[in-house]
Amino acid sequence: MTESIVWLTIFVLSVFVGVEVISKVSSTLHTPLMSGANAIHGIILIGAILVAGTADSTVTLIVGLVAVVLATVNMVGGFVVTDRMLQMFAGRRRPSGPPPEGGA
Amino acid sequence: MIPTWVQLGYLVAAVCFILALKGLSSPRSARRGNLIGAAGALLAAVIVFFERGLDHLVPILIAIAAGAAAGVIGARRVQMTQMPQLVALFNGVGGGAAALVALLELHELAPLGDRAERFALAATAFTIFVGSVSFAGSLVTFAKLQELITTRPVIFSGLPIAFGGGLLVAVALAVLVVVNPVVPLGVLIGVLGLVVGALLVLPVGGADVPIVISLLNAFTGLTVAAGGYVLGNTLLLVGGTLVGASGTFLTKLMATAMGRSLLNTLFGALRGGSTLGAGQISDRPVRSAGPQDVAILLGYAQRVIIVPGYGLAVAQAQHGLRELVEVLEARGVAVDYAIHPVAGRMPGHMNVLLAEAQVPYEKLKEMDEINGEFKQADVVLVVGANDVVNPAARTTPGAPIYGMPILHADEAKQVVFMKRSMRPGFAGIDNELLFDPKTTLLFGDAKDSMSKLLNSVKSL
Repeated sequence: MTESIVWLTIFVLSVFVGVEVISKVSSTLHTPLMSGANAIHGIILIGAILVAGTADSTVTLIVGLVAVVLATVNMVGGFVVTDRMLQMFAGRRRPSGPPPEGGA
Repeated sequence: MIPTWVQLGYLVAAVCFILALKGLSSPRSARRGNLIGAAGALLAAVIVFFERGLDHLVPILIAIAAGAAAGVIGARRVQMTQMPQLVALFNGVGGGAAALVALLELHELAPLGDRAERFALAATAFTIFVGSVSFAGSLVTFAKLQELITTRPVIFSGLPIAFGGGLLVAVALAVLVVVNPVVPLGVLIGVLGLVVGALLVLPVGGADVPIVISLLNAFTGLTVAAGGYVLGNTLLLVGGTLVGASGTFLTKLMATAMGRSLLNTLFGALRGGSTLGAGQISDRPVRSAGPQDVAILLGYAQRVIIVPGYGLAVAQAQHGLRELVEVLEARGVAVDYAIHPVAGRMPGHMNVLLAEAQVPYEKLKEMDEINGEFKQADVVLVVGANDVVNPAARTTPGAPIYGMPILHADEAKQVVFMKRSMRPGFAGIDNELLFDPKTTLLFGDAKDSMSKLLNSVKSL
């Protein structure tokens, strides 16, 4: 039982961190932020590798490998397209309007 | 048991994800933030092979190589205008992957029967269902944005009942899985998830699609978190939860920027009443003009405000527009760009598109900043935009965009629309401003019209 409590604790704390870190985002960055967050959930790749690596039959292996391919597309494609979007902001260092200068 | 150093590696990766989200919310650190996130993901993808003895290494590595190649090619090749679709697609495949992982995990847990942990089974059912919802929902979203299917809300009688019924059956099946864990039940939940996912997105109107992408993104995050619990992997739990929480919050921010409540976005069309203005091409008289006339209007104005929209980007006319603005400024005309928060197809999309055309960042004025200045503008040039200047958002309760904050282009002395045709915008409704006596229309492909306009202004 105590282990479940540990998991619950991690979950609840992560919820607060997730909201807190992006609470000051300017609307200009909504799209790249969504895209970057999208790439992060590609981390399901770890789960896909684990289930594919412990597959006990041809069918489960194939399903596992499909999951690996899909998760990799999500993760790699997500980070690359986010970088492509953000590249265009580079070189023009001055942000539009007066966004909060604090933060990162 | 997972080696301690691997667990510590996962912790480092989780911290990278937090720093990535933090970095992505400020323009100065955004790119670095994204790279930090990618580094964390790479680290995790390497050390997972040391977590426990894994078989089938060669096929797994081949699958990773194939997925990475597809992802990179897709991300590099896509036109910036089509990027929202691509994000939807990437989100969908992530949800699909999570659902498949959970299905295999159910296959592992099934032989335990009664001894399987109840909560893990519930989390498995959740992941299969929501992952499938996200997969099917994202694919429908992709089809809408790519205009493979209509962008207008698709509603049929009985849809609310089918949707609600689908949810209830899913809950019932999830309870059955917890009591009696067998794989076919899981497959059934997955299929049901696909149907419910499609039903969730079909009634959403085109203009609201970005909000739905963001919501489905948060859904996928939550499924990854639940999958992490089932697999006993803290990194999946933390990463998935971060995305689930920040994604939900971001969805709310976007909905607010569009003046919509989330519930209204999803279910507004179902309530009826908001059916659109038929959408057929109106035959009311409008005033159209040639490039020379518009060139004179612009060239002898003192203050011009440009309202760029998605049509500009589709026609690849943003470079021509930048040139036009430079020529006008050389003539002493003060020019600004008014950027609606959802110009393009996603919040911030237009900023990306104009940045690509090397429009100086400081010339892009956000809506709140510029709305008071339209009264002083001699000419507003609307290029490929429609809904974001539609006064119906202020004046016509019942219009699908009613309540959406708009740019007050109608307050300017003259309005020029560059349009392909009289086709309504993405929201599918007529724009009264087109028929206003002070409005002039310049018909034609935006790129073509833009170069003609540019030449006419140069020869003034």
